[in-house]
Amino acid sequence: MAASSSALSNATIDSPAQRRNTRDARADGLFRWIVASAGLFVLLALLGAALSMLWGGREAFSTFGFGFLTSTDWDAVNHKFGALVPIYGTLVTALIAMLIAVPVSFGIALFLTEVAPNWLRGPVAAAIELLAGIPSIIYGMWGLFVFVPVMGEYVTPWLNDHLGKIPGLGALFTGPPLGIGMLTAGIVLAIMVIPFISSVMREVFLTVPMRLKESAYALGSTTTEVVWDIVLPYTRSAVIGGVFLGLGSALGETMAVTFVLGNAHQLTASLLMPGNSIAATIANEFTEADSDIYRSSLIALGFLLFVVTFFVLAGAKWMLRRMARAEGEK
Amino acid sequence: MYQSIQTRLAVAGLAAFIGATSAQAADITGAGATFIYPILSKWSDSYNNKTGNKINYQSIGSGGGIAQIKAGTVTFGSSDKPLTPAELHDAGLAQFPSVIGGVVPVVNVEGVDPGKLKLTGPLLADIFQGKITKWNDPAIAQINGDLKLSDAAITVVHRSDGSGTTFNFVNYLSKVSPEWKSKVGEGTSVQWPVGVGGKGNEGVAAYVKQIKGSIGYVELAYALQNKMAYTSVQNSAGKFVQPSADSFQAAAASADWKNAKDFYLVITNAPGENSWPITATNFILVYKQPKNGAATQSALDFFTWAWAEGGKQAEELDYVPLPKGLVDQIESYWKTEIKL
Amino acid sequence: MSTTSEKLYRNRRIKNAIALSLSGAAALFGLFWLVWILWTTLRTGISAMKPGLFTQMTPPPGSDGGLANALFGSLVMSVVAILIGAPIGIAAGTYLAEFARKKPIGEAIRFVNDILLSAPSIVLGLFVYTLVVHTTGHFSGWAGSLALALIVLPVVVRTTDEMLQLVPGQMREAALSLGVPQWKVTLQVLYRSALPGIVTGILLALARISGETAPLLFTALNNQYWTADMSQPMASVPVVIFQYAMSPYDSWHALAWAGAFVVTVFVLLMSLLSRAILLRNKASHD
Repeated sequence: MAASSSALSNATIDSPAQRRNTRDARADGLFRWIVASAGLFVLLALLGAALSMLWGGREAFSTFGFGFLTSTDWDAVNHKFGALVPIYGTLVTALIAMLIAVPVSFGIALFLTEVAPNWLRGPVAAAIELLAGIPSIIYGMWGLFVFVPVMGEYVTPWLNDHLGKIPGLGALFTGPPLGIGMLTAGIVLAIMVIPFISSVMREVFLTVPMRLKESAYALGSTTTEVVWDIVLPYTRSAVIGGVFLGLGSALGETMAVTFVLGNAHQLTASLLMPGNSIAATIANEFTEADSDIYRSSLIALGFLLFVVTFFVLAGAKWMLRRMARAEGEK
Repeated sequence: MYQSIQTRLAVAGLAAFIGATSAQAADITGAGATFIYPILSKWSDSYNNKTGNKINYQSIGSGGGIAQIKAGTVTFGSSDKPLTPAELHDAGLAQFPSVIGGVVPVVNVEGVDPGKLKLTGPLLADIFQGKITKWNDPAIAQINGDLKLSDAAITVVHRSDGSGTTFNFVNYLSKVSPEWKSKVGEGTSVQWPVGVGGKGNEGVAAYVKQIKGSIGYVELAYALQNKMAYTSVQNSAGKFVQPSADSFQAAAASADWKNAKDFYLVITNAPGENSWPITATNFILVYKQPKNGAATQSALDFFTWAWAEGGKQAEELDYVPLPKGLVDQIESYWKTEIKL
Repeated sequence: MSTTSEKLYRNRRIKNAIALSLSGAAALFGLFWLVWILWTTLRTGISAMKPGLFTQMTPPPGSDGGLANALFGSLVMSVVAILIGAPIGIAAGTYLAEFARKKPIGEAIRFVNDILLSAPSIVLGLFVYTLVVHTTGHFSGWAGSLALALIVLPVVVRTTDEMLQLVPGQMREAALSLGVPQWKVTLQVLYRSALPGIVTGILLALARISGETAPLLFTALNNQYWTADMSQPMASVPVVIFQYAMSPYDSWHALAWAGAFVVTVFVLLMSLLSRAILLRNKASHD
């Protein structure tokens, strides 16, 4: 485009116009330079965040080496730090959240695209999308004041009595009726990401060409069969991408988890016991880290979280892109 | 052109906005121990009403107070764990006490009213190590003959952040239990063998209120204001004492401030019939040669005012105001140590 | 023969019915939680509302007070974050849509922007702490705004990029063929056409940062008092909610719920408003 405008300016001979043209060309160059540097700023912001965290965490990485990832120590007195407990807590809570949120979100998306009467689809979809915007601290507060007592009073004892007796699996569900813990955090996270995942799924389901679905219906397929054999294969990579997006936000969520996870640096098999997550550890302890190695360990945790979410989100993006490209080819 | 009017309006708005956000006198920011947050925010409120000066105190934990004053992000830090004279010297900090209070165990056990449950130091150490797990454990029942305790499981609630309350509590446990000393040790945060972590005195109090069968430790003011069931604890003279300003005072009276360099003194497990065993002092940290001398001066003025005028408020919140002699000693310490 | 095919047909019908009712149940299940959370916030929040909420300062425990300083702090930091983040975001979005649409550099920036869009906000807080708080030596409203601006940026970049791409190519060509320089085309033709979309993006960004807590914890800290000086620590509604909700005082809990209510209503209003702008724009285009 810039080339075409300079070609235009060469063609003109009138001198004031020419002057205007050179001025315009210079302004265009400046404009282009400004927007390009803003674009580069986006790159730099991410790179800067990653590098500053790697730099801040270098002391922890060099002191503890690979052991930082495998140690359960979190001992501010003796300056020994390991990331295993927060990593474990982050992964377990995110996994619980995904186990609940993915099927439910799939159900919601299915309901909103294939099952619900037309008049209901728009309002329900809009409501769910609005709810996706509620700040995470509200989920955390609700979790602590409303949901934790319910978990402690009813759910945990029930789990103890029923699932806790199963050999092997039971270890996951035995523990005191605290109400707070990894299971509670996982459930609150699930509630948080459901609107998110379900709206991505709904959107990609809507992109399935009508004629594909209609031909299947014409052959006598049931709705389930259409979804299973037509819609899902067509949208598979985007659905996985949406799930990854949800996973990414579940891994990095701070406030909702901090309220209900219990902030305990212990590795326990039971999901009913308190644990810790990377984000919650940083939120709780960063301002009070009183030694360099302590602060460095926390920043190193931040770096790990950053790297993990980077790969999860990159995976999500790649999957979504694949779907978009496949669609473009058709 | 209507666009230019819009632009002009936007610029004018922006200018007004920026104007509103600059200027104004610098306020004083302090951060640290949650232990003194109730009394400090009360003092700050009255001081503001009286003088118009604003002392913004944020309770981020004693570890945080030490960390932030060392990082130079606040005018004063506060900690319930005194720094040693050597540490102070290295960081160029001065240290002085602000107020005295006490750490009390609090429980949430059905049928147990405030002050009714009796505990000893070794018993507390066993509970917080997870060695005693039921409320009807014989060791607890033995000294609480008149109290009916259920077989509810004990849930330990401790601090998740670096805390002076923790420091005084585990310092006491280390003094009375050799096993605690060797296995867990003392510090503003330790590697807890069991339990749930709450952020700040507030967080521990909130969790203890939420979780049935739990035991935690908080500053007395937090326990009283929230009508929580605190316990009595056996002191070094073998007496079971209730936490109160009087028993804190008794412990404080035994403290020998005169010979404590930079006021480095921990008064847990103090001698005396009536002494509360987990009495704690809060310390304020400021730079000896602050970058912003005026701000530090304002902070010191605030404490001078608080000691002179705020004693009654301190007592209302169950803290022990500093004795007159100690205040004089602090003010002469300022004169020799702090260069403004 | 006919019986087996009938059986097969019936089985398929049953399977279908089960699957569809499961999907309905899932939708109900999902909505159930969301309605529960919203209901709790509204009910508890409204009962904690009082006139002093908007005029009084955050109180010491046991005293009466409001959230005036926190509301003001949130407002100031959010507005400054938008003032920093939105122009850079619009410029970067313009670069992507107008100059780097199919180029590798454009793809790279778009990719990074999407990562930034969902990056954990606490990590951005850590970044700004090391960048600003640690170097300047104190917590400040500026640091808080900067952390929030990093959240505004990717939202605005993305919407600007998308909206400019939607502007028909004929408009550009028509304007350029008249000899109008490109910067003028962009400012006066493209932006005007994409304006509702860009405004929507900014409103969504505002909604998002108004509830952000994690990036403010280590940057703006908190302040018991009203301050308009952005080089001082500043109160914000989410951080006050966090502090008060974690406290044991009932009066603080009530204030936390009132704050939660105000934030939620604000966020919902912003989302509705941006939706309305988009819809009206769509209607006028159709």
